[in-house]
Amino acid sequence: MATRQTQFLARSLLTPAVGLLFVWMIVPLALTIYFSTLHYSLLDPGSEAFVGLENFRYFLTDPAFLASLQNTLVLVGSVLALTILLGIPLALLMDQPVIGRNFVRLMVIAPFFVMPTVSALVWKNLLMHPVSGLFAWLAKLVGATPIDWFNDVPLFAVILIVAWQWLPFATLILLTALQSLDEEQKEAAEMDGASAVSTFIYITLPHLARPITVVILIETIFLLTVFAEIFVTTGGGPGLQTTNIAFLIYSQALIQFDVGSASAGGLVAVVIANIVAFFLVRIVGRNLEA
Amino acid sequence: MGQITLQDVQKSFGPVHIIKGADLDIADGSFVVFVGPSGCGKTTLLRLIAGLEDVSGGKILIDGKNVVDTPPAKRGLSMVFQSYALYPHMSVRGNIGFGLKMAGLARDEINRKVEAAAATLNLSPYLDRKPRELSGGQRQRVAIGRAIVREPKAFLFDEPLSNLDAALRVQMRIEVTRLQKQLGTTAIYVTHDQVEAMTMADKIVVLNGGKIEQYGSPLELYERPANLFVAGFIGSPKMNFVTGELALQRGAATIGVRPEHLKIERDGGSGWPGTIAVAEHLGSDTFLYVDAGSLGMLTARYIGELSLHAGDRVSLVPDPARIHRFDESGNALRG
Ligand SMILES: Nc1ncnc2c1ncn2[C@@H]1O[C@H](COP(=O)(O)OP(=O)(O)O)[C@@H](O)[C@H]1O
Ligand SMILES: [Mg+2]
Repeated sequence: MATRQTQFLARSLLTPAVGLLFVWMIVPLALTIYFSTLHYSLLDPGSEAFVGLENFRYFLTDPAFLASLQNTLVLVGSVLALTILLGIPLALLMDQPVIGRNFVRLMVIAPFFVMPTVSALVWKNLLMHPVSGLFAWLAKLVGATPIDWFNDVPLFAVILIVAWQWLPFATLILLTALQSLDEEQKEAAEMDGASAVSTFIYITLPHLARPITVVILIETIFLLTVFAEIFVTTGGGPGLQTTNIAFLIYSQALIQFDVGSASAGGLVAVVIANIVAFFLVRIVGRNLEA
Repeated sequence: MGQITLQDVQKSFGPVHIIKGADLDIADGSFVVFVGPSGCGKTTLLRLIAGLEDVSGGKILIDGKNVVDTPPAKRGLSMVFQSYALYPHMSVRGNIGFGLKMAGLARDEINRKVEAAAATLNLSPYLDRKPRELSGGQRQRVAIGRAIVREPKAFLFDEPLSNLDAALRVQMRIEVTRLQKQLGTTAIYVTHDQVEAMTMADKIVVLNGGKIEQYGSPLELYERPANLFVAGFIGSPKMNFVTGELALQRGAATIGVRPEHLKIERDGGSGWPGTIAVAEHLGSDTFLYVDAGSLGMLTARYIGELSLHAGDRVSLVPDPARIHRFDESGNALRG
């Protein structure tokens, strides 16, 4: 792209694609902004009227909003913690030369390829079901009362399911990072008299700082919008116990048929995502600098 | 003290026999260089001494104690890796002091020793930098600092200068040698570069195919190579070998003459006649590559400038006292 002609050519060839993408993004956003200023209920067609910021006031002062915001943050934080704290030892294990290592790797990666709805169904009906689930059977085997996961600890149950889905991702990223750790560095540490634990703390963990940051940033983006797992298992309940922001917006729009309020909620969610991203980049982003 | 003895040390990786019985006696305080072609097992032998690999047989004695079952850190040796293997997220101070920290020394004692080592190596201004903020030569010095700060019984170097440019390599060569003499610590130094070996070593170990071909001082190896391999490996340019009639006349299968021991005479002299194929004029030296017919290509070296050129005919006269004789199996014949 050195000369003016090639630059012009490149730009004119790129324009249609960029233009299409732009329209693709801007139309829904503009519509959402437009709807968020309307009184617009599907139960009451023809009554659309401009209400200014009324929808935002309604959404933000709804007690469900604060509860779902809290649930969102707890969900994101817990899943991040679980996937990283379990991902590191798993990756360390998979980095060892054991027989059938490739098969083990494939098995560990597998959950990532299962659709969220499917895995949620499996967990709900086969594993966590209070009567016929595997966990209930195990509990009875040792003589304990089975836990009714989705009634007693609903948010924790959802966290477990989501963490199970994201553990492979974290493990895989950490494993590739471990494999890029220079063998001679570990040997140098060995010559320096470092024990296995010291080598992990002083050599391996600092080496993993960057991939951990990547895992946190990428997972957060997706975890802020967890929906299918909640929809399939608890439907946001009992009460509001498992309603996160994404699910709240869905319930506004399609359970209460309030498009205006749902649009306002959608915009609020965008703002929240940006706030979270801002703080994340401040906290962990410096690890990404070379 | 750092007296190291190898007794019939063997190493196999699976079915592949790499080190085929090494016997060696390294005196305390000496600078010993392992030299040999790439893949001959130099690094493996060094790693066996360090304890980073387990021996398949034989004994390694450090100050008389067999250490084959001792973990690396307990052997009291320190190693400088070819890639330096610095800890990238630690400052220079952290890198040099890491071994002391692992040994549980108090912080101010660590600082004192690290600063002393840094001063020796001219690293004081860089103590708070990260390795990636240093030049190649400085990183090299940090790696050496990490080795000396622990006051080991011996240093192990694995081709430590091979990543540096030519000028820096010569400078570091001198610095490493001087440092080793100043500290008086035993050093084992691996290189494939025979010039490095000749200039740095008190004693050279020539390795080939996992076997020790010869062990001796640089001049011993130069003047009395034990076999064809050592004769060809030590010295630059390489020794000329001649077989056939001329060798048989001297009661040998092969005779060897170093390029610097061939006197160059104009055509018609009493020596081996030939035509110059290539003449290299360096000012300080002149190298002639001479096509000597049935004797093959011969290299001759003249100290200073000699105005001969490709195509000129010359006659090469070997210095009779400096002709090396070898038997059929390649071993040197003496007397
Ligand atoms: N861990 C290992 N497993 C199998 N073979 C090895 C291993 N390390 C070295 N070797 C083999 O041992 C031989 C000597 O290697 P090395 O000691 O690194 O040679 P050098 O340092 O002299 O170039 C090589 O042929 C190499 O392929
Ligand atoms: Mg090597």
